[in-house]
Amino acid sequence: MRKMALFSVLILISAFALALPAWSADTIKIGFNIPLTGDIPKVGEASKYAAEIRLAEINDAGGLKVGDKAYKLEFVYEDNESKAESATATALKLITQNQVLAIIGPQSSKQAIPAGEVCNANKTPMISPWSTNPKTTENRPYVFRACFLDPFQGPVIAKFASGEFGAKKAAVLYDIASDYPKGLAEFFKEAFEKANGPGSVVAFETFTTKDKDFSAQLTKITKSGADVLFTPQYYDEVPLIVKQSRELGWKGPILGSDSWGSAELMNLCGDACKGLYFSTHYAAAGAKGATKEFIDKYQAKYGYVPDDVAALTWDAINLLCMAVQNTGGLSGNIAKDRDAVKDKLTQVKDFDGITGKMTFSPGGNPSKCAVIVKISDKGEFEFYKSVCP
Amino acid sequence: MFLETFLQNLLNALQWGSFYALIALGYTMVYGVLLLINFAHGDIFMVGAYVAFFIATLLLGQYSSPFLPPVLVFAITVVATMVITSGVGVAIERIAYRPLRRKGASRLYVVITALMCGLILENGNLALLGASRRNFPEMLSKTAYNIGGVNFTNVKLLVILTTIAVFILLETIVRKTRLGMAMRAISYDRMAVPLMGIPVDTVIVFTFILGSSMAALAGVLFATAYPVLEPYMGALVGWKAFIAAVLGGIGEIRGAFAGGFLLGFIEIFVAALFPSTLRDLIAFSILLVFLSIKPTGIFGVSRATKI
Repeated sequence: MRKMALFSVLILISAFALALPAWSADTIKIGFNIPLTGDIPKVGEASKYAAEIRLAEINDAGGLKVGDKAYKLEFVYEDNESKAESATATALKLITQNQVLAIIGPQSSKQAIPAGEVCNANKTPMISPWSTNPKTTENRPYVFRACFLDPFQGPVIAKFASGEFGAKKAAVLYDIASDYPKGLAEFFKEAFEKANGPGSVVAFETFTTKDKDFSAQLTKITKSGADVLFTPQYYDEVPLIVKQSRELGWKGPILGSDSWGSAELMNLCGDACKGLYFSTHYAAAGAKGATKEFIDKYQAKYGYVPDDVAALTWDAINLLCMAVQNTGGLSGNIAKDRDAVKDKLTQVKDFDGITGKMTFSPGGNPSKCAVIVKISDKGEFEFYKSVCP
Repeated sequence: MFLETFLQNLLNALQWGSFYALIALGYTMVYGVLLLINFAHGDIFMVGAYVAFFIATLLLGQYSSPFLPPVLVFAITVVATMVITSGVGVAIERIAYRPLRRKGASRLYVVITALMCGLILENGNLALLGASRRNFPEMLSKTAYNIGGVNFTNVKLLVILTTIAVFILLETIVRKTRLGMAMRAISYDRMAVPLMGIPVDTVIVFTFILGSSMAALAGVLFATAYPVLEPYMGALVGWKAFIAAVLGGIGEIRGAFAGGFLLGFIEIFVAALFPSTLRDLIAFSILLVFLSIKPTGIFGVSRATKI
């Protein structure tokens, strides 16, 4: 008797499971593989909030028009706990169980690299809004990103140093024991020397994680005759480097990278960092046009200024919607549709996002402009200019 | 140009070596009296920096008044931090080391206990205050001077001069006072000293007070010079200061200073003359060679174990 009951329940469930796709024929499901808990819940929250705003906008306007049919959007938010192994499980769940058309996220490279493998193997398009590590999209035709890469960011800063300050000689100070600063410092050096001749990076100084005293390196840098100092470090080291360099008589400009862009930086650095520049994805203070509209909407609804993750997630959603529209009509066969969306994503040209214009190449990486931010006298990260490839 | 760079790095090395020297003192004095390597000492230095942070923030924030100029706030912070931190040092001795000593445990167990105390301090801080960095308030307005191309700040001078003053003070205490004599006596023969009517526990407590307050002083000065605080700040510096103490000859006050400054000099000049990537590699290779030639350190004397 109990077996019978179980059996009938099973039949019922499978009937529902089969029936579900038929009911949702007029909706498009998009999965979000984001860290709602774990180390960086703020990142997950920002992604979800940005998505909620966009979702409401599209559905209130009658849905997404693909070909001659309007589809309602449905966003499925899944928590990857900011862990690599959960990110792969989440991706698999979204693909097989939720049957999503495409996935947005994960945000950090630590999760985006393994999740990208799952999505690629299951032939599902994935866009990581925030991951800058080249490995995320490497040899994975189904994986895309909405941000620039570190091999691009280095040259951007090199170009800015020469263009803005007329720098002929540059100095670099970075942590040799950490992948991100090391990679970026090397990309900067390569680009700067290409533009200004070999040996134009007159000081290429290193330290190791947890160092507090940089006086020997900074003495070298100060005496080297460099015009600018570039230091792609995190917000806890930047204040020490900036303050010590000033004490040791460094008077030139100091440049940084997107790792500077934390609100914590100004708490620790105070006046010393004012007037310095760094490259990043977008600047909230002094934004114009669509970017400003997004910031206002977000701030009105959630009460704080969105950071770069929120803005990049917004762009990733719009990118995906555009690719879906460009397919000119969905067949209803999920595998076929996923392929079509992937093909259209590789062909995106001059997409006008709030973090800048993007053009995709078959590698899955956008060619887009980086923003140079100036730290204003009020301690805000202010838009200064954008540098394009 | 060359002389300029040399003098600049000399000053850098003096400042950096000062911190090693001040922290190494605590290791060396406790070792001198108890033959115990107090591995919690680096974290007592960290506690000092955090205590100073809270005192300074309190004084600057709540009771800021025209009667309290920042220099005075700094002076109060230094004294109060030294008092509170030596309390922490003494408490550790009372809670962790003394019971073991009473039970006659082997020194190995006490060393492990010390290591655990250090970890408890670190992780206790992490649990209590979180991993976020703290910005140490600027109490002394930093003035940068430039004399003949050599740049230095008043903080740098203060650090170096304080360290020299501390050295003279401690040498006097250990050589000239009765307590100092008692300390030396204990390190000379621990069995005979109680028989002479010297209160061993008092002397040990006094040693911990001296060592911890020097670590606290180092903490305040360190936070003034490098104003970003984090719970693990004492681990690496404390560990290197221990090396400095061994290098100088552990148990000798002169040794702690000599070792601290020597380590500071080697680190700064290796980074200055060679690619800075090789700094720790070359610095510690030099130390290894030095110790293999003179294993007792600069001022150390090898002593036979008494039975």
